[in-house]
Amino acid sequence: MLTAPAETADFGYNGAMKILVIEDDREAGEYLKKAFAEAGHTADIASDGEMGFALAESGNYDVFVVDRMLPRRDGLSVIAELRAKGNETPALVLSALGEVDDRVTGLRAGGDDYLTKPYAFSELLARVEVLTRRSASKDVETVYRAGDLELDRLSHVVRRAGREIVLQPREFRLLEYLMRHAGQVVTRTMLLENVWDYHFDPQTNVIDVHVSRLRGKIEKGFDKPVLHTIRGAGYMLKAD
Amino acid sequence: MPRLPAAMRTTAARLTALYLLLFAIGAAFLVYYMTGLSVRMLVTQTRQTINEEVQGLSRAYQRGGLPLLVRVIELRARQPGANLYLIADPNGRILSGNVASLDPGVLDTSGWTERPFSYTRYGEQTAGGGEPYEDGHEATALVFRLPNQMIVLVGRDLGEPERFRDVVRRALVVAFGIMGLAAFLIWFFVGRRALKRIDAVSEASRRIMGGDLSGRLPISGAGDEFDRLSQNLNAMLDRIAALNEGLRQVSDNLAHDLKTPLTRLRNRAEAALAGRPKTAEYRAALERTIAESDQLIRTFNAILMISRLEAGNSSEATTAVDLKAIVEDVVELYEPAAEEMGVALEARVREPVVIEGNRELIGQALSNVVDNAIKYTAGHAQEAKVTVSLEADGDGPRLVVEDNGPGIPEEDRQRVTERFVRLEASRSQPGSGLGLSLVSAVMKYHGGRLELSGRDPGLAVAMKFPPGKDG
Repeated sequence: MLTAPAETADFGYNGAMKILVIEDDREAGEYLKKAFAEAGHTADIASDGEMGFALAESGNYDVFVVDRMLPRRDGLSVIAELRAKGNETPALVLSALGEVDDRVTGLRAGGDDYLTKPYAFSELLARVEVLTRRSASKDVETVYRAGDLELDRLSHVVRRAGREIVLQPREFRLLEYLMRHAGQVVTRTMLLENVWDYHFDPQTNVIDVHVSRLRGKIEKGFDKPVLHTIRGAGYMLKAD
Repeated sequence: MPRLPAAMRTTAARLTALYLLLFAIGAAFLVYYMTGLSVRMLVTQTRQTINEEVQGLSRAYQRGGLPLLVRVIELRARQPGANLYLIADPNGRILSGNVASLDPGVLDTSGWTERPFSYTRYGEQTAGGGEPYEDGHEATALVFRLPNQMIVLVGRDLGEPERFRDVVRRALVVAFGIMGLAAFLIWFFVGRRALKRIDAVSEASRRIMGGDLSGRLPISGAGDEFDRLSQNLNAMLDRIAALNEGLRQVSDNLAHDLKTPLTRLRNRAEAALAGRPKTAEYRAALERTIAESDQLIRTFNAILMISRLEAGNSSEATTAVDLKAIVEDVVELYEPAAEEMGVALEARVREPVVIEGNRELIGQALSNVVDNAIKYTAGHAQEAKVTVSLEADGDGPRLVVEDNGPGIPEEDRQRVTERFVRLEASRSQPGSGLGLSLVSAVMKYHGGRLELSGRDPGLAVAMKFPPGKDG
């Protein structure tokens, strides 16, 4: 079985990222640079498409954050050309356009995620961190583990400390997503997108209720919490 | 091109000139054709007369030979208005008749003269050897030779066709004069009248462009094309005014709805700085600030989306979507939250209903409606209940969300789908006041509509989709 040992490469990792932000608005660029720095990452800012492309080609970045509308060259063509040249660095597209089709176009051009302006920085940070840590090994792993919690993707069985926990299908998918990104902040919109496959903004606390139900099932009767609420951002599944 | 005077640059003047030209060409052609026909007829008649003459003369010649012929000719030549008669020797010397001179070469012809020729009669010749034919008498004639090679010419003056031509020419001049006058009158009365009305329309448009947006184009009441044009333009202006009003209202509402939370945001930040706050207080204030900003962003996104959907040029793609799956998704999504609020949320679906639509938009719209229903029903009824049902019949599929909450008074039901309309009772609830208008915009985008009706107690919100192509 292809199971990665927990607590090593995937969980508990909090490495600094090198981020290239291609954004023409100086103030927004500076803000992102500062905000990423506070989160422990370093960010370079390119103020137009050409400069962004040149930096992306030369630098050794973990992730690109690309505004869609840029002077001299639009963001999607920058990504498309990088992809054509074999550069597979994950890219997140920022856009003022928010329709579903724009998202599809953005993803088709080679973007890995799509975020509509205006956005909360916590949302951007969470998504960027998830992108850089997206590992191919997670796709083939059949069992996800976090501490004493374990989820079997094939038999749909969840166990904690050897005891089986019965989950509804949606709760299973929710836990699967959280465990896949264990150690990372996952926002409510990311959950709605990936677990329910809807891209709108849930108005009320619907996602929170789902999470707390799940939490009830996986934490009730156990000492240690595994599903943490990150205030102002979202959730993180993490076993200490 | 030199600039024409203002009066000539009008459409009416140009049209009048064009008509005048066309009529003139037509009339000229007609006259030319008629004249040619008449002249030919006259010539034929003339020749017939000559033929009869020649027959008479030939009988005389047969009876009495040349002497009798000469006598008959001289007798006839002397009569007033006589034909032309001439006898000449084989060399062309004139021996007898009433012709003093004629174009050279005429006597060489045999048979009918090809062209009218000039001649003078005896007693008409001008004195002094000047131009002998200035009278311009023209004639056509039959020339033939007797057995002894003597030349005989019998002809007839073409004065009649010529006079006819003159008459026609004069008539033409008069007709053109009258036509010109008529054209001028038409331009003056008809063109100027039309012109005046167009000027009135231009004048009114200028006033409207100048800022008097309530102004409308004049309508004469004649019901003609000018009136129809004005009516259509007025309808267009009404539509623009309505859109403008809508836009103004939206921006007013937008200003209000964004201003209130922005002010609150600012006040909270200010309050947080006042005194000697502890770190935890700072933190709480900042978290509230973030939460409020999120709500602002939400409102903003909803406004953008509604505007795009209403503009109708949205690029949102439609595919085949199953309404049943959407209902199940949304109910499943909201069920835990509903339960927590003490509301029983239930889906009533049977068969899958596939329509052409956008899953995201319909999902969002339905979740808005369900969200509202749960919010307003919670804590209101003893056994708060929200049911989402999917019905499909000949009128097309519809999603109906029913609750046993307080409902909405009948007179307010239409209003709540408008932007930013929030009933007083709902002011205490969080929300942008855009939920139902977003649903309404989504339904319009799908060619359907949103309908609110009362239940006893409660409210039923129906999202009606148009019937599919296959009925």
